[in-house]
Amino acid sequence: MSAIATYSLVATLAFIIILIFVKGFNALSWDMVLKTPKGGYYYGGEGGVLNAIVGSLYISIGATLIAALIGIPAALYINVHLARYKRTQNAIRYILDALWGVPSIVYGAFGFALMLFMGMNASLLAGIITVALLILPIVVRTFDEVLCTIPKGLHEATLALGSTRAEMAFKIIFKQGFPGLITALLLAFGRGIGDAASVLFTAGYTDLIPTNLDEPAATLPLAIFFQLSSPIPEVRERAFAAAAILTIIILIISLIARFLSKMHSKTNLK
Amino acid sequence: MLYRRKVIDRVSTIWMIVSISIIVLLPVIIGIGLYIKASPLLEIKSLGQLLGSTIWLPNEKEFGFLPFILGSLYVTLISFCLAVPVCLLSAIYLTQFAPKQFMNFMHPVIDILAGLPSVIYGVWGVIVIVPFISNHVAPFFGVKSSGYTILAGGIVLAIMCIPYILNMLIEVFNTIPTGLKEASLSLGATFWEMVKHVVIRRGGAGIISAFGLGIAKAFGETMAVMMVVGNMVQIKFSLFDAGYPLPALIANNYGEMLSIPMYDSALMFAALLLFVIILLINLIFRYFIYKTKSNE
Repeated sequence: MSAIATYSLVATLAFIIILIFVKGFNALSWDMVLKTPKGGYYYGGEGGVLNAIVGSLYISIGATLIAALIGIPAALYINVHLARYKRTQNAIRYILDALWGVPSIVYGAFGFALMLFMGMNASLLAGIITVALLILPIVVRTFDEVLCTIPKGLHEATLALGSTRAEMAFKIIFKQGFPGLITALLLAFGRGIGDAASVLFTAGYTDLIPTNLDEPAATLPLAIFFQLSSPIPEVRERAFAAAAILTIIILIISLIARFLSKMHSKTNLK
Repeated sequence: MLYRRKVIDRVSTIWMIVSISIIVLLPVIIGIGLYIKASPLLEIKSLGQLLGSTIWLPNEKEFGFLPFILGSLYVTLISFCLAVPVCLLSAIYLTQFAPKQFMNFMHPVIDILAGLPSVIYGVWGVIVIVPFISNHVAPFFGVKSSGYTILAGGIVLAIMCIPYILNMLIEVFNTIPTGLKEASLSLGATFWEMVKHVVIRRGGAGIISAFGLGIAKAFGETMAVMMVVGNMVQIKFSLFDAGYPLPALIANNYGEMLSIPMYDSALMFAALLLFVIILLINLIFRYFIYKTKSNE
């Protein structure tokens, strides 16, 4: 019976991916990827979703950078400075895990509140900040998991040779965990690019490619969502194509992440 | 030289402490931020009025959240009922019965599926589940339905949460020591008896936590549900009626939020509600997990 459950599950999940690809490739063309929406696009006119692709990439790259800037030192701090305080370590991990579970719509609403508080409009920058908050727990927790596996002897050897704790964190521990960091960042990037609810309020939507941080930006998941709710069949077809593009991006990212973490397990000290 | 090293140590330590405090304070800041935004509403209405009322007329400042809370609970409940048996059986099969290669193949697949954006699942729901319900399931029960129903929301949610829950369950089952299983088998238990009495009992707390976290995820899921659930403000308990979960309410109305007075605080209150509920569920079940981990 459990075999039946498993295989039917595998079949359903395979069906989802295949269906998205089949439906998507029917409508997918180079125009979709390389053009921004032209006039009358939403009534079946010319154009593509380049604005959304670029917008999504901008937001996720920006957010990943900010998350890395805050996340890397935080993860290092947990593993280097707090190495002797097991309780504090566990408490911080506990909070991070709980934060990971908070749904993106809450981050979206909070980002919106923050945006109004800082007097901004819906813009690329607001979107980046919101998504950065969303993926921050992911970066820290995933990087932290890798840093945990670094042998204690390495810490002690480094300190015994007279290095400061900062040198130890950034020169030794960081280097050991670097492949893990890349995996963590890619994971976070994938989550950021696929998330719609958090950018719904904060990044806005536009047909143009943003050239400045205070301009609104379109995102791929929202493009799918808006086009799918259209009554015109051609526009709906395009939503499927956009969904296929998004799926391909996510698949590529997770394959790279997987490959890198395999490399990591081969080259590192154990 | 020594001086320079000390300065670098100082600066980077400060940088680290600032970052870690941002992260640790983030839940508090989110809570406070949402509360400040929601407070205008809380000043004119009591908490009981907001949670217990069923009237939703933003133009007349009537904000009753009961339909949305019930909608959320209902959709989550359906998805939970659908996901639990499948997840439990698959996890048992994958970890106990299946050949090792199959498991090695499935693990990355499950990981990738857990990482697919919810919009993709929503698209799938719109293409497959919605027409299926309106053409086959609803007529079978003699009901007319557009297909955009609570049932559709529940099914899509269940499919979405399965990889997520399955991942955690596999982790739980893998921590069960082989010695225990072998002891049970050598005492003459059949394989299934061993699974029932050793694996499930031993992994009990982990299994409950995995499902708990799955519920939290389902409860807060926005886009996929919003695309298939119909979004009508009503309290009906038929599977073939449209519902309106809490996250969908927030996401759907962001456009008109600022044009109607108090509407934005109402939506922020909804977000606060969602945040508190899900954070609590998460904290409780994570605590379970930590406890079982430290016992080993």
